[in-house]
Amino acid sequence: MSAVLEADHLTRVFSRGLFNKVENVAVNDISLRVDDDNPSITVIAGESGSGKTTLASMLLGFMRPTRGEIRYRGRDIHSLKGDDWREFRRNVQPIFQDPFEVFNPVYRVDRILTQPAQLYGIADSEDEAHEMVEDALRQVGLRPAETLRRFPHQLSGGQRQRITVARAFLLKPKVIVADEPVSMIDASLRATVLESLRALKTELGISIIYITHDLTTAYQVGDSIYVLYRGSVVEAGNVENVVQQPSHPYTQLLMGSIPVPDPRVPWGDDLSPISSGDQRDVAVTGCAFAPRCPHAFDRCEDDPPHYRLDDDRAVKCFLYEDRPITDLESMLSKNTTSPI
Amino acid sequence: MTSANGEAVLKVNNLSVEYETPRGMLRAADGVSFELRPGQRFGLVGESGSGKTTTALALMRLTQLPGRIVDGEVLLDGVDLLGLSENEMREVRLAQISYVPQGAMNSLNPVIKVGNQIANGFKDHLDSISRSEISERIVEVLRSVGLDPAVSRMYPHELSGGMKQRVAIAIAVSLGPKVIIADEPTSALDVVVQREVMLTLRKLQEEIGAAVLIVGHDMGLMAQFASHVGVMYAGKLVEVGQVLDIFDDPFHPYTRALIASLPSTSRRHRLTGIPGLPPALLELPGGCSFNPRCDSVMEICRSADPSYDQIREGRWTSCHLYAEAAT
Ligand SMILES: Nc1ncnc2c1ncn2[C@@H]1O[C@H](COP(=O)(O)OP(=O)(O)OP(=O)(O)O)[C@@H](O)[C@H]1O
Ligand SMILES: Nc1ncnc2c1ncn2[C@@H]1O[C@H](COP(=O)(O)OP(=O)(O)OP(=O)(O)O)[C@@H](O)[C@H]1O
Ligand code: SF4
Ligand SMILES: [Mg+2]
Ligand SMILES: [Mg+2]
Repeated sequence: MSAVLEADHLTRVFSRGLFNKVENVAVNDISLRVDDDNPSITVIAGESGSGKTTLASMLLGFMRPTRGEIRYRGRDIHSLKGDDWREFRRNVQPIFQDPFEVFNPVYRVDRILTQPAQLYGIADSEDEAHEMVEDALRQVGLRPAETLRRFPHQLSGGQRQRITVARAFLLKPKVIVADEPVSMIDASLRATVLESLRALKTELGISIIYITHDLTTAYQVGDSIYVLYRGSVVEAGNVENVVQQPSHPYTQLLMGSIPVPDPRVPWGDDLSPISSGDQRDVAVTGCAFAPRCPHAFDRCEDDPPHYRLDDDRAVKCFLYEDRPITDLESMLSKNTTSPI
Repeated sequence: MTSANGEAVLKVNNLSVEYETPRGMLRAADGVSFELRPGQRFGLVGESGSGKTTTALALMRLTQLPGRIVDGEVLLDGVDLLGLSENEMREVRLAQISYVPQGAMNSLNPVIKVGNQIANGFKDHLDSISRSEISERIVEVLRSVGLDPAVSRMYPHELSGGMKQRVAIAIAVSLGPKVIIADEPTSALDVVVQREVMLTLRKLQEEIGAAVLIVGHDMGLMAQFASHVGVMYAGKLVEVGQVLDIFDDPFHPYTRALIASLPSTSRRHRLTGIPGLPPALLELPGGCSFNPRCDSVMEICRSADPSYDQIREGRWTSCHLYAEAAT
């Protein structure tokens, strides 16, 4: 299997303060790969500040990693030049969390979408470009007649977000890095947009890295999942397994916090009260989740746990000390696409 | 529309709000009627642009031009807020009916310390309160929302999103109002913090016995938080009922489609959205506004507007399918 995009031990450190430098490890040693002949939807999940957007920015080449490398078809993206860089740009497309800043505010939607269609030689003629643009808009539930003549600031947040999804439809890249693509869309449209993301995978063979803090939508569209806590992967595996049997206490907290759309299901009554976040500045020597973990014991504070559980699931937690060590690398290169 | 168990604290009758736009008058809230009883948590749901914020703002008399309240009554303990002078309204706001605006985290004043922002409410509404009493009350409300009293000396930018949202809630409950209106209080927060903030709001609301109107589009949140649900579509309230009834047996075809489109964590399935698009408010179809998207549409739906009727005790809907069941 050949990899289109590979992230190899990515780490990104931000430092704050001029004199007493505080290091904030936003992304800590994350590897992942996207295969050419095996389109998949990989979920990156975690709470606010866990490093999701930082990881996405690195995968897209917008931000350089402090350590590690991102490879496009085997080559470090930061060594690509000219046509090679252009090819990477075209084939690895973003859908952003906050679409406010993305578009040139003086261009109408029309131009925002038609331009890349022509630029990348996707449409042969202007007429064809317009037709493709209208198709793409309808795919994401927007009315071309109402949308095309507007400027970005004349659209609602959810509408702008869908324009970026439409743009991805149009460009048909190899990989889409989608950072909270449905966060500003209401429930009734969310299903439509998520279904169209899935269609991108099944019909056009596009792989998607789907970034979210919402495990419900992750479960509906994802194949494999990485759960991030303060920059590190704390649990990884097949979405079905992870959601049905969350094993890391942090994954359990995320799952238990979901407000289930059924008034008879209690809302995380079994969650322990120590869950409050904002522990950012606590120094971490052991498990990063220990200060919030209801199961923490002495061991957890001292050194970081290994990844364990089994062949297709990795959990970074001392509760699984008796389980075999999981080789994340070999797990990553296995086929994790699930059959829907 | 009063029910047997307890008097309504807030009664909204036939409230309509219009925005003047270059292309004509846009009616964003159209004849909205419902009531809140003490202790109720009423979830107002509907897709983006359906008129939720417009309705919430009108209840607070905070509608801004080009918007105008064109009709209706908002009775707070029998007093029509729409008839009060601006000065009288200022007395009522915060003390009796308070508001947590959409994007409240960003509504805090960035250059004023949190404690002083909370203190302003006490100073404006309690004439003879002393400085030391104010300090005590600030500590008390911060504790009540689970924040360290030290937060009172901090500026908003020093707080996380969840902490800012707690401050906004602290301000809203600080004077023990009868009604709290919260517009999408947690839509910018992640699930873990959302749950903590909502449980805090519920605890406080129960303690002071206030009624809460919570605006949002997350049906999961409504299922967990609300005791009653009202569904808006294209400016109209199309269904109201107790939360269990709405989820177990939705009446209106829009409510049914909304509930059917919800993703679940117990089963993977193809997601089906509601077909079609929300209507443009300036070009509403004739008859029932939902008719182009409705799976039960009948001939009459294209010509006549369905009336908003009580179908069963506490269950209201506006749909021709229930014309005969109306009481
Ligand atoms: N440009 C930057 N400079 C300094 N610190 C940064 C920068 N970008 C992110 N960080 C820090 O890195 C950490 C991870 O932030 P990131 O935005 O990646 O999180 P996220 O998971 O995307 O959160 P959210 O769900 O809120 O979008 C945070 O502690 C954040 O403050
Ligand atoms: N100041 C304004 N001028 C003109 N039209 C407005 C104005 N404010 C709102 N509207 C229109 O009124 C309708 C209702 O808007 P409102 O903000 O009440 O919706 P909402 O249900 O709160 O949506 P959301 O879920 O996106 O917050 C929309 O069609 C909107 O475009
Ligand atoms: S009135 Fe008719 S069109 Fe409207 S929701 Fe009911 S059945 Fe559907
Ligand atoms: Mg982010
Ligand atoms: Mg709103």
